[in-house]
Amino acid sequence: MKRQLNIMLCCCAALLSSSVFANDAKIPTAATATQLISEGDSVAPNAVSDDQIAAGGRLYKQRCGGCHSLDRNRIGPRHRGVYGRKAGSVGDFSYSEALQNFDVVWTESTLDKWLENPTAFANGTSMGFRLRKAEERKVVIAYLKSLSDTAESRGKK
Amino acid sequence: MPDITRNPFSRRHLLTGAGRTLSLAAVSLIVGSKMKTASAADVSQDVKILNAAISLEHEGIAAYQIAATSGLLQPAVVEIGVAFQGHHKGHRDLLVKAVETLGGKPSAEKSLDEYAKDLNAASLKNQTDVLRLALGLERGAANAYLGLIPSLGPDFHQVAAQMAGDEAFHAAILANALGEPIPKDALIFG
Ligand code: HEC
Repeated sequence: MKRQLNIMLCCCAALLSSSVFANDAKIPTAATATQLISEGDSVAPNAVSDDQIAAGGRLYKQRCGGCHSLDRNRIGPRHRGVYGRKAGSVGDFSYSEALQNFDVVWTESTLDKWLENPTAFANGTSMGFRLRKAEERKVVIAYLKSLSDTAESRGKK
Repeated sequence: MPDITRNPFSRRHLLTGAGRTLSLAAVSLIVGSKMKTASAADVSQDVKILNAAISLEHEGIAAYQIAATSGLLQPAVVEIGVAFQGHHKGHRDLLVKAVETLGGKPSAEKSLDEYAKDLNAASLKNQTDVLRLALGLERGAANAYLGLIPSLGPDFHQVAAQMAGDEAFHAAILANALGEPIPKDALIFG
């Protein structure tokens, strides 16, 4: 069972790296589990694998990298530490009014809504880019989260 | 279509049907007319997104400027870069015109120094580094355009797709110059 899961995860990483997501059935169940439980602290939050985070990092570069960097404001604000931060709070980035006044903290669920359709979530934002597939959003969010996490908060691996 | 019949300056006079079916060409015919209809919110949303695209093009133009003057490129490669930069200028000009036509203010460019910092140009040591940077930006730009199409009004879908096409063309040439293998699977971008 465990080996099977590992194989599935590798499979997912390979799919992600080629940026083709033809089959929703290939999402590892571990990711889904994390999605559901990570708001609470009672379960070790390491169900998102390092492979998925790495896949999220590759996807981030390809899809978000036209506009975002981790440490520099570009077309969009810099992203290191965005997970857990209040929306519109990078001091030296000039946000749209919509995002400046957007009273939301970036978590799994708010990031998921944002990436699915930013202009519907925060009307009048200047980010129009959508990440259509749920499994893509999941790994990108896991990647952003990993940049905010300390070693301890990710649980022992 | 609420209100539209009550407003003599509404876009009903400019539109054949309901909704925002104005083509880019049609938009450019009506420069100066204020669009105060039910879809003003849609128009200002388009302006926001198009302005982000202008910022993307500003950065691309600057990146090729930095590359061309870096002294790291062979003359033939500089020539290609200048051609690609010309495409990005073409995109910028179209987008600026669209934003102005919609009554918005096009986003301004930053200084070349700022772009150099943002893109970590100081770390570029040779031609391969420069090509890699350019490839990353072009790939990102192709994907960016494809991802924002559904958020844009239909008037701008085709032009955004055309721009994605140009960026994908650039990315293919750059990837080839870097000796990257041809992707096996379909749907390479987006
Ligand atoms: C076309 C350019 C573009 C692309 C591509 C893009 N973004 Fe953005 N992003 C922006 C802009 C512009 C803003 C600022 C929005 C505003 O001020 O309304 C932004 C803001 C954000 C924010 C809010 C940050 C904060 O400080 O509140 C998050 C989170 C975000 N983007 C994530 C992503 C992710 C993840 C991707 C890739 C899946 C992505 N973006 C792709 C342009 C882009």
